[in-house]
Amino acid sequence: MTVKVQITANLRDLVNGQRSVQIEGSTVRELLDNLESSYPGFKEKLESNGHIHRFVNIYLNDEDIRFLRQMDTPLSEGDVLSILPALAGGRR
Amino acid sequence: MSIMVYIPTPFRRFAGNQVYVRAEGGTVAEVLESLASQYPPLRNMVYDEMEEIPAHISIYLNKQEVHSLQGKQTPVKDGDELAVIPAIAGGQVLTPEQVERYSRHIIMPQVGPVGQRKLMAAKVLVVGAGGLGGPVALYVALAGVGTIGVVDFDVVDLSNLQRQLLHRNSDVGRLKTESAKDTLNAYNPEVNVVVHNTPLTSDNAMEIIPQYDIIVNGADNFTTRYLVNDASYLAGKPLVDGSILLFDGQAMVYTPETGCYRCLFPSPPPPGLVPSCAEAGVLGALTGVIGSVQAIEVLKLILDIGDSLAGRLLLFDALTMEFRVVNLRRDPKCPLCGDDPTIDKLIDYEGFCGAPFPAHDGA
Repeated sequence: MTVKVQITANLRDLVNGQRSVQIEGSTVRELLDNLESSYPGFKEKLESNGHIHRFVNIYLNDEDIRFLRQMDTPLSEGDVLSILPALAGGRR
Repeated sequence: MSIMVYIPTPFRRFAGNQVYVRAEGGTVAEVLESLASQYPPLRNMVYDEMEEIPAHISIYLNKQEVHSLQGKQTPVKDGDELAVIPAIAGGQVLTPEQVERYSRHIIMPQVGPVGQRKLMAAKVLVVGAGGLGGPVALYVALAGVGTIGVVDFDVVDLSNLQRQLLHRNSDVGRLKTESAKDTLNAYNPEVNVVVHNTPLTSDNAMEIIPQYDIIVNGADNFTTRYLVNDASYLAGKPLVDGSILLFDGQAMVYTPETGCYRCLFPSPPPPGLVPSCAEAGVLGALTGVIGSVQAIEVLKLILDIGDSLAGRLLLFDALTMEFRVVNLRRDPKCPLCGDDPTIDKLIDYEGFCGAPFPAHDGA
């Protein structure tokens, strides 16, 4: 299964500046492992000990995977995965 | 049938400054219709969004209120005199200047004079007079929102001027709240700008936030973000949130029923992991997009129109020029708004976020 992963601006440095990458995986966990193989260092920005950081949300299409099957959420052809860390900016 | 209609002072400007105008019709409704088609701006004065006579307008036929007759169907005859009398008490009626200033709002049925008065009665608190707070405060001020509170403790820095439209070159070194007040009142002197020249903290948040109807978050740090979230929820106020970094923006609305910032991000990143705009940069014009979205959401909430962003998270990528919306769910396990909450008063946010409230811009 190849899934499009959208990368927000502040994580793009990790994927050579690309706005999205195509990654294989039948579940979110598998996809993140493959993402790590292609772009070493990515996974540690997202998780520790197999758990997604609580300031990072991963959306499968328009749904937060926390409300699906988390890391075991299955992926289908044509899905879009978005990785969104919390942003704080605004005032300064 | 041609009858005389008396036009009261507040409306006279819309009827060519005439005290009496002639209108045609066999019933009160027909006469009002004739009046509205001769003088279109008057339509918004005599009809509400349901095309009914608003409650604050009384129509008199020969000195008798028409509700005591046959209402709008009351027949009229030659020689009758109709008068359109607004209730003039407590500033309920829009002045001619207000009608002209807000005419582009008032002509829309979704706003109308009733909606405009709602805007003028509303109280909106903007936390942070910076990149996001600027366009939000400016647009809600232009829209005529009656009271705008501005919380900030910082002074204007030259590096702010790349995006912060409330402040100008001559404001460098001034308090942001003072600069914001001057700018907002220069655009719209009717707006009551309330300055809270202090950092928002656990000690003062529950004094300041309950004074307002809607809270807008334009804070630049996670510590303040969690504080504003919790205080708004505890005070039962809708929170219109936005954030920006580099070329990305996010906007959302939290209402007490639809989830909160903690449902979205249960805990903050460790200090330093997600860079701030000061550290990583931000495209200045991005503040206008997200700030305008926040302003629109504020106005929709006040007017009670459309579908707010409550329950949804709007994502904007300026580089691809793509907007996307993902679902935002209330987390039943949320410690603040979940089924079994553990947070029932403000906590130590510096401890929770592992970072102090910022002491000073650029610190």
